[in-house]
Amino acid sequence: MHGLIMVFGAIMPAFVGLGNWLIPMMIGAPDMALPRMNNWSFWILPFAGSILLSTFFMEGGAPAFGWTFYAPLSTTFAPDSTDFFIFAVHLLGFSSIMGAINIIATVLNMRAPEMKLMDMPLFVWTWLITSFLLIGAMPVLAGAVTMMLTDRNFGTAFFDATGGGDPVLFQHIFWFFGHPEVYIMILPAFGVVSHIIPTFARKPLFGYSSMVYATASIAFLSYIVWAHHMFLTGMPVAGELYFMYATMLIAVPTGVKVFNWISTMWRGSMTFEAPMLWAVSFVFLFTIGGFSGLMLGIAPADIQYHDTYFVVAHFHYVLVTGALWSIIAATFYWLPKWTGKMYNEFLAKIHFWWAVIAVNVLFFPQHFLGLAGMPRRIPDYSLQFADFNFISSIGGFAFGASFFLLTYIVIDCIRNGKPATARPWEGAKGLEWTLEPKAQYHSFNTPPSRKLIEAESQNS
Amino acid sequence: MKRLTRLLSIMVVMMSTSVFAEYEFNMTEGVTSVSHGIYGLHMMVFLVSVVIAIVVFGAMIYSLIMHRKSKGAVAANFHESTKAELIWTVVPIIILISMAIPASKVLIDLEDTTKAEMSIKITGHQWKWQYDYPKEGISFFSNLAQSSREVIRGTDAERENAEHYLLNVDKRLVLPVDTSIRFLITSNDVIHNWWVSDFGVKQDANPGFINDAWAKIDKIGTYRGQCAELCGKDHGFMPIVVDVVSKADYKQWVAKQQAAAKAAVASATKTWSKADLMAKGKNVYNTNCAACHKADGSGTPPVFPAMKGSTIANGPAAAHINIVLNGKAVMPQFKALGDSDLAAVMTYERNAFGNTGSVIQPTDVKSAR
Repeated sequence: MHGLIMVFGAIMPAFVGLGNWLIPMMIGAPDMALPRMNNWSFWILPFAGSILLSTFFMEGGAPAFGWTFYAPLSTTFAPDSTDFFIFAVHLLGFSSIMGAINIIATVLNMRAPEMKLMDMPLFVWTWLITSFLLIGAMPVLAGAVTMMLTDRNFGTAFFDATGGGDPVLFQHIFWFFGHPEVYIMILPAFGVVSHIIPTFARKPLFGYSSMVYATASIAFLSYIVWAHHMFLTGMPVAGELYFMYATMLIAVPTGVKVFNWISTMWRGSMTFEAPMLWAVSFVFLFTIGGFSGLMLGIAPADIQYHDTYFVVAHFHYVLVTGALWSIIAATFYWLPKWTGKMYNEFLAKIHFWWAVIAVNVLFFPQHFLGLAGMPRRIPDYSLQFADFNFISSIGGFAFGASFFLLTYIVIDCIRNGKPATARPWEGAKGLEWTLEPKAQYHSFNTPPSRKLIEAESQNS
Repeated sequence: MKRLTRLLSIMVVMMSTSVFAEYEFNMTEGVTSVSHGIYGLHMMVFLVSVVIAIVVFGAMIYSLIMHRKSKGAVAANFHESTKAELIWTVVPIIILISMAIPASKVLIDLEDTTKAEMSIKITGHQWKWQYDYPKEGISFFSNLAQSSREVIRGTDAERENAEHYLLNVDKRLVLPVDTSIRFLITSNDVIHNWWVSDFGVKQDANPGFINDAWAKIDKIGTYRGQCAELCGKDHGFMPIVVDVVSKADYKQWVAKQQAAAKAAVASATKTWSKADLMAKGKNVYNTNCAACHKADGSGTPPVFPAMKGSTIANGPAAAHINIVLNGKAVMPQFKALGDSDLAAVMTYERNAFGNTGSVIQPTDVKSAR
């Protein structure tokens, strides 16, 4: 449930929110294309979330099979509340697909007439590609939960060997959704960081077009590597070899991105306001998550890593210090544009150092725990794991507490912040900074001129 | 508080290398050719990552220090270089290929189970392991040791006193040294995963399918592992303990097991006293049933009903025998237990917790099968 809430209830809605707010401003459009569908997409979320959370209060308890809900633990052996879980996942899927359709429609139809695709800022590019991932992946998840539903209630046996099914089929379907899903959560993060680093390095983004191509290749590869989550299910050796090679290949475009960010910083004129601190630490920590990802991709080594805390450490480095980090970076970066006011830089820096130290205390020892042999998803552990878990818990509480400060900084900015200028960051480029300090509900009522678009383009 | 002081003392001596031996920071090298191969790959990829990290992070840190505005750095304006981009696309590909070659070799070797000299069948159950030696005709369950189970909700001190807390079992798997062993792994209910890291063996146990893995163990000793696939409530409480013994000791052990199996068959034909059944039944109950139905018979309703006052335990014997033998919904079948174990546990269920059921004899179970 923690995983589901964080994936569907935190990271994805946060990115959709950022997309809805920023994309029209960035492409010189007045607003998103399809307001009613957007409204629907949004209002499904609280209801689906409530259905999901209500399972905690049901007889028999909430679904207890992790966010991957492998059959038959989630079918034959699951509590009754699982049917509510299935309905909630269906609804969340609807919401995501409608959000994605809206972003595609907005980017392709509402873009300023003078703006070519290769003029678009990277955040728009990454979101456009993410939308296609969403449209491709979400129906697959809907199919998986529907098969679960009929297995549970209508006597089918998709995932039950005694009826001619196969429990491993579930994992293939799930990860055919699940692997694109992790890129759904990280591609917009790449976009955010590609805005912040050039701004504070006061230098154009290095390799704009290779960034676009790298994003597209990562998206493509994300569809053909799913079974690297399943090296231990008893796949034939040829399958394992293929999925190992394909997985290792992802390191190439991801590496291109990291090298491009560093080249953007190289010989720049850097300052370190809060958004830049978050973006730079994103590059560091996400790359650490990338290295552990490369290790996990080596199929034989995965035998020892699989389902241990090493995996837990890996995906928290890419999703917390990756996806979440970029969301916080984006919040500080565009907060002046949303509120028309400046946040407290001193507090923001304290918050950054607090969070970045705490998050490493929290997740770094988990690498050691995993290598030493602690499995995931266990309620209690043998005593040799106790001390690292204790360190990790300290980090966890400290990291959790840092969000109180973040909340205070945002509220303080809205209430007491000093007025911001239209372009509060010296090196910032992008159409959104040509608007008034506090962006209005409808941003570009007349489309920006070619000259303005070229002046604000990242592809200079 | 005690843990905090211990932690601080560890941090103080963290500098000395002796701590590293005691504190596991790294993967085990293990005792099989497969686990050595895996360890070698792990260290290779790790070291390559460290070297890349030093180069990449080094460049980044240099830039962060030198190219800052407060140092008077003036921004350059370059934003493209086909040459540089080509280099950092091609070089990683070469590095990846050089890692893929040894990785493929290890993978092909560890998947090749054709050279096995003997086979062991491993069946996962919620939440215990069953081991079958098909040729030798030996079959038994391996449960979490009572010494651990009793203190799961105990104090820290109690857990520290429990021998190998959560990594100990009541009956160990026994294997001969220097023998190629093929493991045939399957499951009776949900997906489990049989993992002993020292062997480099970790394989999903899928219900309805059989997976295989192999190991040739170089060193006599005791090796511990755990289930590595979420399999429900007590996923953390189904450890694996393997005793690897010399070939001679192994032969002796097999002979002893076969004799014991014969004796068990013999004891199933005699009529037991109620007291004997109750005494034996309590052990069998605590090992096999207490995880769900609880040691005091209170159960965990509504999923796992209480034994206390149960209509089945107080009702006719035939229905009781049927449900225990064949299972029902989430209740697993217990056919694999011996007649006398089953008779004892049902007699216990029917007469403990204030229940007033009849006595069931091993012969009753046998005729019901």
